[in-house]
Amino acid sequence: MKRKEYAWAYLFISAPILGFLLFAFIPLSYSVYVSFTEYSGYQAPVFTGTANYVKLAMDDELFWKTLFNTFYSALSIPIGMAVALGIAMALNQKVRGIRFFRTMFFLPTISSVIALTLLWKWIFNDSYGLLNYLLELIGVQGPAWLSSETWAMPAMIIQGVWAGLGINMVLYLAALQGVPKSFHEAAEIDGASRWQRFVRITIPCISPTTLYILITATITALQDFPRFQIMTEGGPNYSTTTIVYYLFQNAFRYMSMGYASAMAWALGLLILAITLLNFWLSRRWVHYD
Amino acid sequence: MSNAAIARSARQRRKRAGEQVRQAFAYLFLTAGSLVMAIPFLWMLSTSLKEQGREFEMPPKWIPEVFEWQNYVFVLTEADILKGFLNTLLVISLPCLIGLFTSALAANAFARMDFPAKNVLFTLLLATMMIPGVVTMIPTFILFKHIGWIDSWLPLMVPGMFGAAAAVFLLRQFFMTIPKELEEAAKVDGMNPLHIFLRIMLPLSKPAVITQGLLGFLAGYNDFLGPLIYINTPEKFTLQLVLASFQGFYTSQWTYIMAGSVLALIPSLLLFFFAQRYFVEGITLTGMKG
Repeated sequence: MKRKEYAWAYLFISAPILGFLLFAFIPLSYSVYVSFTEYSGYQAPVFTGTANYVKLAMDDELFWKTLFNTFYSALSIPIGMAVALGIAMALNQKVRGIRFFRTMFFLPTISSVIALTLLWKWIFNDSYGLLNYLLELIGVQGPAWLSSETWAMPAMIIQGVWAGLGINMVLYLAALQGVPKSFHEAAEIDGASRWQRFVRITIPCISPTTLYILITATITALQDFPRFQIMTEGGPNYSTTTIVYYLFQNAFRYMSMGYASAMAWALGLLILAITLLNFWLSRRWVHYD
Repeated sequence: MSNAAIARSARQRRKRAGEQVRQAFAYLFLTAGSLVMAIPFLWMLSTSLKEQGREFEMPPKWIPEVFEWQNYVFVLTEADILKGFLNTLLVISLPCLIGLFTSALAANAFARMDFPAKNVLFTLLLATMMIPGVVTMIPTFILFKHIGWIDSWLPLMVPGMFGAAAAVFLLRQFFMTIPKELEEAAKVDGMNPLHIFLRIMLPLSKPAVITQGLLGFLAGYNDFLGPLIYINTPEKFTLQLVLASFQGFYTSQWTYIMAGSVLALIPSLLLFFFAQRYFVEGITLTGMKG
């Protein structure tokens, strides 16, 4: 009887477990090996020891530049989180038309990244784009956004914040609605100002959501690249080449699969380290119930 | 009225006035924000309806004198948006349905059944969500290259059919909230676990299943990296690849590029408007349980 139920259960979970083995575990293990080889994808991999990792650390300036670019682009996370929290707090003021506003902020979240990126490429166009036209209306001469080494990355950050608001806003709104009213009322009776209540009650109560957004957004941002490929093709002068874009080029354009795998592992471990660091630091500022 | 009562009512009035000011600010802020969100989309629509070349007129006309619907006709037929759309549907429909089913089956087992090594296996599955996609990208490509699947739709279709860890996780959360009594009664009646799943659990979990289905469908529809890596032949391009290729084909022909973008957005917008509740709930749930 029991054994029969076990059999059913194993049958039920067999597909995802098999999927895990085929598309996660085996590729992952193989990738460790490939990262220690030279491999074009055509001939068999040639073991080269730690050569790829040494090259990564010592001889590849572009790798470090793209790593820097990636972190630079991740500035969109704190900015986006602050704006999303502001919107969520405004929505939480018992406003009418909440559904309409929520939809407006949410639209980019469901939209095709490619379509949105093409749209913003047109908006950032230095002579005929919407942004510089609007800036001109208020008397500002806009920069040549995407063809300027200085302004290309800020442009990507602006677009990233705009496109990413929806999810964070929805998450923050749900968190704000979960803050017990009695906390605010009690603090108000004790004479706490609005700002004090925000800092002492709201922020701690929504801190688990902040941590969740921070972690998932970091993992996503560190691997971001289609946006960059469409908008700038990594330029000008590699100023917007992110690490995964560079990795992609190495793997599928120059067919250096071994080197690209080493890069993937370096990034993977970096992501893991940052995630663990986030969790570790969170003990100081995240409050559960 | 006593002095205390007067003071109290004055305080309440002040409080109400303060609330009104705050609400006014909230509306102002939200309206400004909504404009920032909407204007780019309107600009997209406006450009897509302009005559070739008119998009460079300064100052720009928001409403073109003549609506150039020809842009859409061209983009749909000559520029293969329609073909890309059909390809995308072919690629994602089946994996989406099968993947939903296999995820739900596994979620059911993890939520309602008892078996050895259950927790280990569940943790293992959850761990896959933590693996950055970039690490498995290259070895998976090598795997598919070995079995000759490059430049076919199979690498985009087959993995999804095995279910997704995130969907297993969220559906499990939902299944755990369903009362056990129904299941017990069915067991006494001699129903086997598959029957119980199909006849009881699945119908009771419709909203959660629909949410996961929609999220999966949308993710597949918007996927760009997968097709970019695996598909080379233009005839097999999915919608996102076709759209991305516009840049090369129609350099600076923004009317075409924007018309294509508008068309690419329509299916997801329709899906969203008819099922907004499911999306918002699904995403909130992900955040809350994460």
